[in-house]
Amino acid sequence: MNQYAHKSRGAKWLVGIILAVGGFFMILPFIWMVLSSVKTDAEILQIPPTIWPETFTWDNFKMLFTELNFSVYLRNTLVIVLFSFIGLFLNAMAGYGFAKFSFRGKNKMFYMVLATMMIPGQVTMIPVYLILNMFGLTNTMTGIVLPGLVGAFGIFLFRQFMSTIPDELMEAARLDGASEFFIFWKIILPISRPVLAVQGILTFIAGWNSFLWPLIIANDEKYYTLSVGLSLLKGQYSSNYALQMAGSTFMVIPIILIFMMFQKYILKGFNVSGLK
Amino acid sequence: MDQKTPYLFISPALLLLIMFSLFPIVIAFVISFTDINLVGLADWSKINFIGLENYKNVLSDPIFLKSIGNTLFYVIIGVPLVIICSLGIALMINFSQAKIFQFFRLIFYTPSITNVVAVAVVWSYLYNPQFGLFNYLLSLLDLPAVPWLQDPTIAKISLIILALWRAIGVNMIIFLAALQGIPREYYEAAQLDGANRWKQLTNVTVPLLRFAIFFVTVTTMIGWLQFFEEPFVMTQGGPLDSTTSVALFIYRNGFQLSKFGYAAAGSFILFIAIIIITIVQFKIQNRHSDTQM
Repeated sequence: MNQYAHKSRGAKWLVGIILAVGGFFMILPFIWMVLSSVKTDAEILQIPPTIWPETFTWDNFKMLFTELNFSVYLRNTLVIVLFSFIGLFLNAMAGYGFAKFSFRGKNKMFYMVLATMMIPGQVTMIPVYLILNMFGLTNTMTGIVLPGLVGAFGIFLFRQFMSTIPDELMEAARLDGASEFFIFWKIILPISRPVLAVQGILTFIAGWNSFLWPLIIANDEKYYTLSVGLSLLKGQYSSNYALQMAGSTFMVIPIILIFMMFQKYILKGFNVSGLK
Repeated sequence: MDQKTPYLFISPALLLLIMFSLFPIVIAFVISFTDINLVGLADWSKINFIGLENYKNVLSDPIFLKSIGNTLFYVIIGVPLVIICSLGIALMINFSQAKIFQFFRLIFYTPSITNVVAVAVVWSYLYNPQFGLFNYLLSLLDLPAVPWLQDPTIAKISLIILALWRAIGVNMIIFLAALQGIPREYYEAAQLDGANRWKQLTNVTVPLLRFAIFFVTVTTMIGWLQFFEEPFVMTQGGPLDSTTSVALFIYRNGFQLSKFGYAAAGSFILFIAIIIITIVQFKIQNRHSDTQM
């Protein structure tokens, strides 16, 4: 970064300190959340509030699983995550189809895919509910998973990346008598590992965080996701903040850990997507 | 190669998109002219075509009008705040290549990947008038307590602060990617011409970030027009509907009151507003790039 070479150390320190103060306020809610989740519900209602817990307790976390159905919510959430990876695979297939084949109506179909990105969720949620209701899929796991399975943005990213794969690779495999699906599975997907990693993490995060659609489709508690369960908890235990903080910690910490582990792929992914 | 092969690759995704994205637009349009509700859902013969009745009613519904006002408030305050804050932070993080600055990037990005419900639950606690951290911090500074979620106007601002905190991360990353794409030579040339740091920022950096700023403006504005989770979890639209957004209005009428046709009419008005605002932004962007060229 030569353009800043003349910058004084003082300026760097000043900027660093501003960022540190700002950064502290960015993570303050998380610190407060984690510290509150191990307080007793008596301590949490103390005035003035304590910052550091006087007595540590895991009871709030235990209560999520013993008195509330968080194990069920967790299982549902993981099922959604699992299915969203099938969606990821379908996105990759479509991206490959658009990137590497020429066929009739290709451009029109691709523009149609892109157009779906502009449709706001509020417009489609009522009709999609009615469609699923017609097929008897409301209040089922299928109904929760199906509408969000594929997405235009994912297809677009796969297409962008796969367009850069040289055609000769596929031609050579075809001459060797490989089937089209074999080529996709054994050659294209392994080459696409960078974009798969980015999409995989984003898919995981989106699945783990899914809220509005499960809330609409699931009437029965046995289909609730963690997010839906947590919003329910806020309504029912509105004064038990320690319990609410435990539920929030349980939802947030896994994502932060996964993000920390894979962040270099995600942050690189913004360059892959070619936002210039 | 078989002619069918490409279609085999694209058809699963395409069918799902048609089924759950394109076809629903047609249905939404059709049912917005009917009185479909829970009764009609069970027995289709009970559904009546009522023309523009839903549109007339929704446009004279005081709560809908209030939700439009609230949504505009969110957009007008929220969009500039998101752009200024995320651009400012991106510029600061881009200031140095030191490891600690890369760590800051991580810190500022973290809120945007975390679950919106969990975050809203935590913030309702932070905003709690008696037990919350914010009023406690204010009391340490001898400042009066703020009714974060109890006062109609302050409640809107409180929700904006939370949403801003979540929005900084992604937009900061977009700005950072754009900043790193600016060739160094431009700055060297500017320095030779004697431009100070502020001149370099306003004459080199900002003009070259025009596309990134445009992209962030459009996506942020569309996002704010669909603002939903924060008011839903934190305030349920209250106090006195002062935080109800258009999206929350649609959800409430559609899924809590089961007035599907009515809610569909509301959603179409939102859809048209989004399309018009986006087209206007593209027009403005084009005019700017014409004069720049």
